[in-house]
Amino acid sequence: MKALRLGALLAASIVLLGALLFACSDPASEIAAESVLHRGLSSDPESLDPHKARSVQAAEVLRDIGEGLLAYSATGELVAGTASEWTISEDGLTYTFRIREDARWSSGELVTAPHFAFSLRRLVNPATAAFYAQMLGDIVNAKDIISGELPPAELGVEAIDERTLVITLERPTPYLLSLLTAPSTFPVHPGSIAEHGDAFTRAGNLVSNGAYKLDAWEPGSVVELSRNEYYWNNAGTAIDNVWHHVITQEMTELNRYRAGEIQITGSVPPDNFAQVRQEYPEELHIAPYLGVYYYGFNLTKPPFRDSPQLREALSMAIDRDVLVNSITGRGEEPAYSWVPPGVDNYEPRRFIYAEQNQEERNAHARRLLREAGYGPDTPLQIELRYNTSDTQQKIALAVQSMWREVLGVETTLVSEEFQVLLANMRDREVTQVFRSSWIGDYNDAHTFLSIMESGNPSNMPGYESGKFDDLMRQAADQVEPDRRRLFLEEAERVLLADHPVIPLYFYVSKHLVSPEVQGWGDNVLDYHYSQHLSLAPTAATR
Amino acid sequence: MLRYALLRLLGAIPTLFLVIVLAFLMVHAAPGGPFDDERVLPAEIEENIAAAYHLDEPLHKQFIRYLSGLVHGDLGPSYRYRDHTVGELIGTAFPVSLKLGAMAMLLALVVGVAAGSFAALRRNTLLDRSVMAVAMTGISIPIFVIAPLLVLLLAVRLQWLPAGWSGNVGATKFVLPVIALALPQIAYIARLTRASMIDVLASDFVRTARAQGLGTTAVVRYHALKPALLPVLSYMGPAAAAILTGSVVVEEIFGIPGLGQFFVRGALNRDYTLVLGIVVFYAALVVLLNLVVDILYGVIDPRIRQR
Repeated sequence: MKALRLGALLAASIVLLGALLFACSDPASEIAAESVLHRGLSSDPESLDPHKARSVQAAEVLRDIGEGLLAYSATGELVAGTASEWTISEDGLTYTFRIREDARWSSGELVTAPHFAFSLRRLVNPATAAFYAQMLGDIVNAKDIISGELPPAELGVEAIDERTLVITLERPTPYLLSLLTAPSTFPVHPGSIAEHGDAFTRAGNLVSNGAYKLDAWEPGSVVELSRNEYYWNNAGTAIDNVWHHVITQEMTELNRYRAGEIQITGSVPPDNFAQVRQEYPEELHIAPYLGVYYYGFNLTKPPFRDSPQLREALSMAIDRDVLVNSITGRGEEPAYSWVPPGVDNYEPRRFIYAEQNQEERNAHARRLLREAGYGPDTPLQIELRYNTSDTQQKIALAVQSMWREVLGVETTLVSEEFQVLLANMRDREVTQVFRSSWIGDYNDAHTFLSIMESGNPSNMPGYESGKFDDLMRQAADQVEPDRRRLFLEEAERVLLADHPVIPLYFYVSKHLVSPEVQGWGDNVLDYHYSQHLSLAPTAATR
Repeated sequence: MLRYALLRLLGAIPTLFLVIVLAFLMVHAAPGGPFDDERVLPAEIEENIAAAYHLDEPLHKQFIRYLSGLVHGDLGPSYRYRDHTVGELIGTAFPVSLKLGAMAMLLALVVGVAAGSFAALRRNTLLDRSVMAVAMTGISIPIFVIAPLLVLLLAVRLQWLPAGWSGNVGATKFVLPVIALALPQIAYIARLTRASMIDVLASDFVRTARAQGLGTTAVVRYHALKPALLPVLSYMGPAAAAILTGSVVVEEIFGIPGLGQFFVRGALNRDYTLVLGIVVFYAALVVLLNLVVDILYGVIDPRIRQR
């Protein structure tokens, strides 16, 4: 009978737990007066110092709190930013920018041309140790400043007066304007750097010139932004607060979206994609993205050195349609070129075999393999390295079986942690075929083609072609965009004919965007400034 | 007593030093570096960055630099979180992990002991069987299965609780992670309590107590509970360890900014100082806790003090 009391204790503890479950306040109750946009961010920014930031995630936050001379519209068109207008000299070497009269820092001070000059010099200063210093490598003296041979003051950037900034280039760089939208070219506030040193990016210290300012940053959890009242286009900014929630797991992000805790996701998990497409057909946004997923050959060692037929055969034998339809399945486009479609003022060249069907390609590939000296009596055994992940593994398995069935080539699969794979790719000692990818830094074919120049540090295969390098150099000297484009396209043709890489597919951006979020625009760069967005009135009830 | 504590503290220094040396070497032996990426940096920029973080110095110099920082209480800057020092990151992450762990431990103890005792008293009834069946299931299903199921049910379907960690919700954000972390321990503790309670209830002194006319509640409260809890108490150590390791998984699933999450990210990003800092911190914590336990033993048992 009295054992019941113990039962009562048990019951009490369950009730206690239940009370804990329900008693706590409703998550949305704090959001009433001011509108808040909740966005998913797949990792912390490494820094909110635009010169020390590197990742896509850091750039996403920085585009909210800072602004360069130029910016992008919601649909990805280049528009005026902190500069209201600009002129380009006829030789394409001198750019003159006019800073807006009403451009202000979050402290209320005016943003001036000397601030931009200070910031660009800081970017190339070796002491800053900026990841993206080389982005401005074409500005006069930039390279020598980065390597420490000239002082930063020698940079070809000059503030003529408070509102006029002149940038002088060593060679025409038609994509300079798109570079000037990048966070690494954003102005930093000289006064707060002088006052706080490295701590100038802390909440409370950070003075920025974008539509939002930093309120708080809890690493691993959330970056909280609020409206910058002094922003020149404050009247055009609809949402008061933006919270970038750091959510590293795609599955967690999806759950939080379903639970209504975030309104925009950074991605969609591959395993749940079909389900998401069914569940949220209107909210799912898939758009082409400037990124290529590729397999590279180590060109410094046999069997791939001096054997273009072998490389071509392996490239042709991969049925990309199977990869994008059955494995990745998120709307990716099969890749038959190196530069993705959608790049401004450029028409990607394609592999000659792109016009054939897979049967014809397979037959052609078998012929090439025989010419390369392999057959039933001299079988080929190769190795494919990729970084440990479900998707990489599935693709590698599919490619392995295609190579076996079509060519009789046996492939050993080696899965490595990402950093280990990177180290091996760079060493070019143990690698044969490796998986990698490239994401464009700016909307120009140059961002893809230039990494294949001899000696470029990101040239993972170790591709060296005098012809390709020449074409790239000639393209760099062209002022006329259409002539430049011809050289770049020819360079890509040469590159594809040499088969240093097998482009497999082009990435797409994948977001879930809640119906209450308005003003969302899909674009190839996958930039989504919070200031372009607004929340429908229903948001208040969330 | 004070002398004993001081001696023990001094004795911990070589242990800590060894941990630091080993961790330092292992972290640096892992292939790749903190600033490696598919987007390989030009050599000059790589040099500038290496120089800024003293990564261009020989390893022994880097070690001495690290040690001297450590002596001054400085765990160095994080390589991945370039706006933060390792000390700051641990300072914000540890309280989160501690809260999570302590709440899970408390929940596991209260619910586990209650359920176990209840099952023991209602031995071989349907209730006993169902409590034990639930406990068995709890032990068998790993956290990474339970946690997403809880999220799907309570957060996504019913929307009673937040699905993940975020600044905009109050204490509710703790509920699901704490339950996920505590469930396997509840199950274990319940089984332990039940078994030992059954033993104790069958022992002579309980029979004597009953013979004196005491009711079940009094018998359990004054006589049986304490001895029955002994195995549970000795399980507290392993339970704490399980909660500590389990919290790495739970933090990952719910996106909780605790130490476990920073440790995993630090290792993957080759954030040398962050990984080292957390290892050193944990090592110091373990040494300190052991010391406290030893001193407590000394307090309880004078023979240990005299040795």
